[in-house]
Amino acid sequence: MLQIEAHPITLQYDLFDCIQCGKCTGGCPMAMKTRLNPRSIILRLLTAGDGFDLEGREELWDCTTCSTCSSRCPKKVNPMETIIGLRGAFVEKGRVHPNVKTALESTFRQGNPLTMPRDQRGAWAKDLGLKEYAEGTEFLYYVGCTPSYDPRAQKVARSLVTLLQKAGIDFGVLGNQENCCGSEVRRLGEQGLFEMMAEENTETYKGLGVKKMLTTSPHCFNVYRNDYPKNGMAVQHYTQVLAGLVEEKRLEFSGKLEKTITYHDPCYLGKHNGIFDEPRAVLAAIPGATLVEMDRSRQKSLCCEGGGGRMWLEGTNPSVRLAQMRVKEALEAGAQVLATACPFCLLTLDEAVKHLNAEDRLQVLDIAELAAQAL
Amino acid sequence: MTFTPRIGVYVCHCGINIAATVDVGAVTQWAAGLPGVVVSRDYTYMCSDPGQALIQNDIRELGLNRVVVASCSPRMHEPTFRAAVSAVDLNPYCFEMANIREQCSWVHPAAETTTQKAMHLVGSAVAKAALLQPLEQRQAPTTPAALVIGGGIAGMQAALDIADAGFEVTLVERTSSLGGHVGLLHRTFPTLEPTADLLGAIVERATHHERLRVLTEAEVTAVGGFVGNFDVDIRHGHEKEKVKVGAIIVASGFDVFDARRRPELGYGVYPEVITTPEFEQLSQSEVKINGREPKNVVFIQCVGSRDQALGHPYCSRVCCMVTAKQARLVRERLPNARVTVFYMDVRAFGKGFEEFYDATRQAGVLYRRGNPSELIRRGDRVVVRAEDTLLGEPVEVEADLVILAVGMAPRADTDALAGLLKLARSSDGFFMEAHPKLRPVDTAMAGIFLAGACQGPKDITETIAQARAAAATAMIPLMRGEVTVEAATSVVDEELCAGCGQCASICTFGALTLHPTKGVMVSNAVLCQGCGACATACPSGAINVRHFTFDQVMAQINVVSDFRAPVFSAAPAEAEVASPS
Repeated sequence: MLQIEAHPITLQYDLFDCIQCGKCTGGCPMAMKTRLNPRSIILRLLTAGDGFDLEGREELWDCTTCSTCSSRCPKKVNPMETIIGLRGAFVEKGRVHPNVKTALESTFRQGNPLTMPRDQRGAWAKDLGLKEYAEGTEFLYYVGCTPSYDPRAQKVARSLVTLLQKAGIDFGVLGNQENCCGSEVRRLGEQGLFEMMAEENTETYKGLGVKKMLTTSPHCFNVYRNDYPKNGMAVQHYTQVLAGLVEEKRLEFSGKLEKTITYHDPCYLGKHNGIFDEPRAVLAAIPGATLVEMDRSRQKSLCCEGGGGRMWLEGTNPSVRLAQMRVKEALEAGAQVLATACPFCLLTLDEAVKHLNAEDRLQVLDIAELAAQAL
Repeated sequence: MTFTPRIGVYVCHCGINIAATVDVGAVTQWAAGLPGVVVSRDYTYMCSDPGQALIQNDIRELGLNRVVVASCSPRMHEPTFRAAVSAVDLNPYCFEMANIREQCSWVHPAAETTTQKAMHLVGSAVAKAALLQPLEQRQAPTTPAALVIGGGIAGMQAALDIADAGFEVTLVERTSSLGGHVGLLHRTFPTLEPTADLLGAIVERATHHERLRVLTEAEVTAVGGFVGNFDVDIRHGHEKEKVKVGAIIVASGFDVFDARRRPELGYGVYPEVITTPEFEQLSQSEVKINGREPKNVVFIQCVGSRDQALGHPYCSRVCCMVTAKQARLVRERLPNARVTVFYMDVRAFGKGFEEFYDATRQAGVLYRRGNPSELIRRGDRVVVRAEDTLLGEPVEVEADLVILAVGMAPRADTDALAGLLKLARSSDGFFMEAHPKLRPVDTAMAGIFLAGACQGPKDITETIAQARAAAATAMIPLMRGEVTVEAATSVVDEELCAGCGQCASICTFGALTLHPTKGVMVSNAVLCQGCGACATACPSGAINVRHFTFDQVMAQINVVSDFRAPVFSAAPAEAEVASPS
């Protein structure tokens, strides 16, 4: 038994607005392969009466928080946030997967969900001689946990640094002082810890006088833009910054990249924040590159299954992986490079390519890496 | 002889609408002590016959010369009470209303402060009443002609009715031909009648009617004047002309919802995806997509309707039946094709609609409940991804023809036309009627009426009904030959006016002109609508609006600013307090 009160949830998330049209479930990438059915969860909450038993509803942890459901809803209901809210009930009762517990504890103690030591966070840039952020510096480059610690994602951060330096951007980093943004903590349902982190981080940035921030990950970008209390800080995803530099001709590519590239829209950049054109503009500026689109692009982009805390959870049906479907779609589109702009997408798609033994046909690269190659 | 106001105050309970939140007795008792008040009464329904009789009796017996009713909005019952006092020979402008329902009891909880607010409102109405002046209502002759904007089925029908009744009608159509959206349809629901038969006769009659002048490729560029006497500028091809009409009917129609605003449905990307209006065209010839006869046809309902996220929260009312009709046509034309309709609710409310829906299913059309979320490509077909909510399962349906039942949207130029005619729009973006139930074809502008889908989504039957209603209503001033002119108009104090003309530049009715010899501004009482913009703009304070003079308005403000809550244990009120039970 994991009893919660359903009625307050129906009010908190405006579930009475729902007309049970099924657009959420019809578009949900997880509904294809698991029991997850956002529409049905809403109806169950509405009809539950006083108590609602979450016992056995493991599918709530399948949700990747891709936001397809919310973006399709004609009545402005937000099934994704409702699911995050329900996860909160699991967390409150301590009924979470050991991996989730570990990730949350690591975030609390080490400032990252990856169980990596806090004092190693800035190590990736040791040889780059980066400036520590101080008041007056134009941009704070918020690197993020995965690009700081994961060897594959570190390459993205290094490429981005090269590009920013080349364009003469005045930026600084926080090194070991950088702390997790809390995006995944929030989406795993640990709202209390998230609020604490948001408060702490906001204080730090305020103290440093940060006015402009750029991030590697769309997840960090999104949480600062949409979930933090309003703080007067302008946050951009790095693709927005690069697109601006390309347009102003402050970043020009002298190299050539004779490749057919398809771009995978990360959920947290595209569906969540409507940024579809800037990443494409950067790719389009690379000499020699041919851009092709997959059928599911932009608002229809297929989630890689890396969001919503799913980097730490296999989900209830690991035998079917959306990232592998995505890699097949990229191959069908005739691409040699599957480009993305999110460290989670990068890792899940990379793994899918390996699993499908397609390394010789398809390379997964971040836009920052491609752009740096073309310098 | 100096004028002594003898004011009667009548506080309405409106059943419990006011009485449940406002202490009506306390307000009545308090009002009795106000300067000039001779009698103060409360009653369950002041607007009822006994309520009105109460007022009329007091005017006769107590010699009242000013009346204040505290009840609902003047928009609701001011005409009622003005008529009631007029019937016993009190000038209707000696009546004043305090709105203690919409502006008080409906918007506040039951509390002492709510009662005090009602007192504020009643007190200020009484203060104004003491200063009211009788005004004379005048009649102006009307031009026995009408203008109809829009040559769709609504505009044509309204124009024909007015022309048949003997008045000259000018019909202005923006495109090069008459017929509008109906002209693009193949068959109608629920009878499957060919549209051409139905429309052809109307177009024919409209084109050749002796009193109906059809101007195609024409548009209205300016409208001046008022009910009974509008001056309309029309651009007709390269020519410009002016017409004078007594009434205007707006029948400007609608736009089809742009399905690209739901990009996940693939309209404009997949050639297999078309809209219901496009199917009307397609079904008039060979039904082929990509050079092949489709074998799996899917209809998707509610595209651009009931969609709060896109700002189209309303139901477009026709799409359910359009889909049923087209699904029938597909079954007729392509007997081997599977036809699936994805729906949220089937709204078959019209005469014969439910039966038509029955016949559609009986013809082998499969209805599945669920609104598809997206379309994707698979080989040479598209896949409709939805949840069948009754099965409770996500489903994928392959199709080689997908028809989106697109809704109706307000025309993109609605704002421009609204500006020309000073019409209001409702929250859905369509033109707003004067009252949703009682005045569905009128607008807030006297002499301007609405017909057809410019007021909201409608099918042909409803459009014809509204067009004929608009025509009949528009003919009232034309047939009477005169209209009552608003008496609460602006008046220029010649002593104070410097003739600067600021008032004229702000007046949207063209009512203010410079006197040719006196060097002061003159207000034309026939053109003036009493909006008061000139009085506010005048730097010399030379313009007053009758019935809303500076003195009257200041008296109201003074009452509100000096208000002190009464203590009822104190001395009893001076005037008579009466409460018939």
